[in-house]
Amino acid sequence: MTSFPWLSLIVFLPSAGALLCLLVRAESARWLALGVTVADVALSLPLWWLFDSSTAGMQFVERAAWISSPSVQYSLGLDGISFPLVLMTTFLMPVCVTVSWTAIDKRVQLFMSMLLVMETAMLGVFVALDFVLFYVFWEAMLIPMYLLIGVWGGPNRLYAAIKFFLYTLAGSVLLLVAILALYFQGGHTFDILALSRGTYSASLQMWLFLAFFAAFAVKVPMFPFHTWLPDAHVEAPTAGSVILASVLLKMGTYGFLRFTLPMLPDATVSFTKPMIALSIIAIIYGAYMALAQTDIKKLIAYSSVSHMGFVTLGIFVLNIQGIEGAIMQMVNHGITTGGLFLCVGIIYERTHSRQIQDNTGLAGPMPRYALFLMIFALSSLGLPGTNSFVGEFLVLAGTFVWSQFATALAALGVILAAAYILWLMQRVVFGTPAAAHRSHLLDLNARETATLIPLIVLVFALGIFPNPLLSRMHASVTHLLGGAKNPAVAAEQQLSPVTGDKPTATIAAILSPSSSEQAAGR
Amino acid sequence: MTFPLQDLLTILPELIVIGTACLILALDPILEASKKDVLVWLTLGALTICIGLTSSQMTDRVSAFSGMVVIDAYAAFWKLLLYIVTGLTVLLSLAYLKAERLSIGEYYGFILLALAGMMVMVSGADLLTIYLGTELMSLSLYVMAGLKRTEARSLEASAKYFVLGAFSSGILLYGISLLFGLAGSTGLSAIAAAIITHGTGDPLLSMALVLLAVGFGFKMAVVPFHMWTPDVYQGAPTAVTAFMAVASKAASFGAFLRVFVEGLGAASADWSVLFTVICLATLALGNLVAIVQTNIKRMLAYSSIAHAGYALIGVVVAGGHSGKGASTGFASVLLYIAIYSFMTLGAFALIGMLRKEGQESDQIEDYAGLAKREPLTAFFMLVFMVSLAGIPPTAGFIGKFYIFMAAVNGGMTWLAIVAVIFAAISAFYYLRVVMVMYMREAEGAIATHSRLETSPALSLVLACALAGVVLLGLFPNGLWSLASQAAPLLK
Repeated sequence: MTSFPWLSLIVFLPSAGALLCLLVRAESARWLALGVTVADVALSLPLWWLFDSSTAGMQFVERAAWISSPSVQYSLGLDGISFPLVLMTTFLMPVCVTVSWTAIDKRVQLFMSMLLVMETAMLGVFVALDFVLFYVFWEAMLIPMYLLIGVWGGPNRLYAAIKFFLYTLAGSVLLLVAILALYFQGGHTFDILALSRGTYSASLQMWLFLAFFAAFAVKVPMFPFHTWLPDAHVEAPTAGSVILASVLLKMGTYGFLRFTLPMLPDATVSFTKPMIALSIIAIIYGAYMALAQTDIKKLIAYSSVSHMGFVTLGIFVLNIQGIEGAIMQMVNHGITTGGLFLCVGIIYERTHSRQIQDNTGLAGPMPRYALFLMIFALSSLGLPGTNSFVGEFLVLAGTFVWSQFATALAALGVILAAAYILWLMQRVVFGTPAAAHRSHLLDLNARETATLIPLIVLVFALGIFPNPLLSRMHASVTHLLGGAKNPAVAAEQQLSPVTGDKPTATIAAILSPSSSEQAAGR
Repeated sequence: MTFPLQDLLTILPELIVIGTACLILALDPILEASKKDVLVWLTLGALTICIGLTSSQMTDRVSAFSGMVVIDAYAAFWKLLLYIVTGLTVLLSLAYLKAERLSIGEYYGFILLALAGMMVMVSGADLLTIYLGTELMSLSLYVMAGLKRTEARSLEASAKYFVLGAFSSGILLYGISLLFGLAGSTGLSAIAAAIITHGTGDPLLSMALVLLAVGFGFKMAVVPFHMWTPDVYQGAPTAVTAFMAVASKAASFGAFLRVFVEGLGAASADWSVLFTVICLATLALGNLVAIVQTNIKRMLAYSSIAHAGYALIGVVVAGGHSGKGASTGFASVLLYIAIYSFMTLGAFALIGMLRKEGQESDQIEDYAGLAKREPLTAFFMLVFMVSLAGIPPTAGFIGKFYIFMAAVNGGMTWLAIVAVIFAAISAFYYLRVVMVMYMREAEGAIATHSRLETSPALSLVLACALAGVVLLGLFPNGLWSLASQAAPLLK
């Protein structure tokens, strides 16, 4: 524990930058945004070492009163589940700024400002420890994202922007009612930790599960709530697509991990089968849709549906491998799909087309670009040695314990991913260049190379050395499943004024009452 | 009837307001045209004094004039809100009237008279006092709505408002007379006592309840008594529209709550069913019809109807409850209306002064490309629209948060679910304004594009409204404690 307000600084530095961006000229706004996002990386980097991976408790906690009646707290904290996501978010933001450097040439100040507001909101979602505070960040993100898509997006941007907005808003308003219902049932508190320790009746859990599901499933997006995603991804400017794919989608799966699993263990267990079914449908359906696309961006968008299916699958098989794989896969998908969207944005700047037929045979004129694209593509199909392999392997291993048949179906997604990715690469990288665009096909410049290299490094770093990250999430995931046996958390629980002597229902205990000791001990 | 001189002290704010109004009407013909700004300062001065006086009245309940008038924290809450709203309207009008070349003196006189009526409404403890206040407010507003004498639409608005308003006043009066027949008095406490002795089964009482609900329903503009709202809001001068949408609605809610809680509280089981139906109809119609509007004043008219629906949720919940549940329900209504006032006033202030070629541009299409022409103006409008849609971190979210909280607490989770769904729907039409401002290009020659005609007074109004929307969204504690201090005094 440290008294230095790490998290507040990390969360609110970008919004301070956002204000400043509005006051300066376009060129300065670019540099300012870059400076702020890099500073945020610098601020979040020490957390990697300061983070104590032996405890499942919240770290870097900050608490202050915000609304006095009902008691809503400004409380932030980090554990093994949110920690990787916070780092991933701060790392991706400078990339979003540099990739927009020349691609965005109108209303640059507003664009950079909105990017930075997004950063504050997204980080806030991951570190909030108060349910209302979480909701405020969760919703605050809608307007800047709406503007990012609607002002700087493609030809069909108005439709895509409002569709994105209404879908996500409609999902999340029910979450608000669920939060209020929890408040009155969970001992008049919005504190996420206290609410997670409470026990709720089975019927209430059912309703809350459905309300949470409405909010989180739209965001993930789970089949059949995914229809906003291809539109939004395709129309958004490159930085917007990267933010959407890499961070926004993770907020949904984060919601499942942070709220649904610990607060509603009974409902989670009883909804396991439909959730896994939806995940597997998403994996296969997304992959099939990706096979049929002629627009590169749309192809990657559908591949996201498929990949996020792995994440939800990993979450709802409810074992340690599955969930660690899911978190790993959340980070991986952020890096890999982010990288792919960056590559599409870079080629779009040159040929002004996202159609596969207009962007063929890039290996000749753009060898460096082709190399980077290939690395991200291979990572996307889960090649061993790259990051995605680790995540998908863990998820499949976790699923294997649950059902071999489900594992076989999910593995079909991996095969299909190889099909659509390799087929895409065959056409885009190795075909013959389209004559019309030949003169535009300049290889990556220094700025673009610098944008992509950090992600390439992460692809291999996480692929070859996943353990440093896995070890940091292990305690939290164990606690999430097995709960109160962890001494540090148990001590914290004793101090808690709300639950005190209530027995804590944990997923492990519900799944197999006798083996919960073992599960916790693992 | 005699009364102690001390009673006059309790209504000192009302006396000051009326006195200033008379002074303005008297000074208006004498002053030269160039010196008429003095009247504005006079009005603002009077309001400042009243703020001071009323703040000191936020104490225990004091009755005056044989119980016709009461002074309590509840009345003080509404009055303070009304002063602020009136002050902002006056500042806004300063610029607006000059742009529209409307005569100045009568206008401020009527605003103050309307304010006096509203003050009487919220501190009346007798149906007749409340009725008098309502009439004083309405008569002044009829005149103000028709102030653009050369414009047919404004006259139409005035006439329509007058006919329907007079009609609703008649219904209100009829309800009052029935209650008088029942209780032998028009005092709210006497009526409450009579209901307890007679029981709530009396058909006469049900009839009176319905008639009062209709009468107040007109003033609050809730469905199905909302018909006048879009036409009047569209036709009236925009500064007047702002005043009607905010102050008149606030005062009507203030009087309505006091009558139904203090006077008819014993029959709350009956009226909360009635208002549940009205509330659902209001939410549905207000939000759905707003979607198809192309005129922004009309759109905001339907939005103001919808917002009355959200506030009614608090009333319904509190009506079905007793004790602390009821008082948080009412407090959420007060908070909601106060927050609604800031965002609506801000939006109307902008609309009134956004002009092209000297004309108000009130079509939503006129806002095309505004973000490019005037980034700051567009940003203000963005904040007001986002707040009206109830999206955090603006005050609009806090208002809805407390209302939904009260609903869930009162066991009416289904009503909260219906309301949040309509809130999501409402985002569609509020965001359309944002979309037009930020994502459309203006067409035609640059000279024909609408621009904000700024002035120091307007900037002040916008800054206050924005500060209200942002600060109340981030730090709602102060307002909530005021509201929850005021609400339990309803007994």
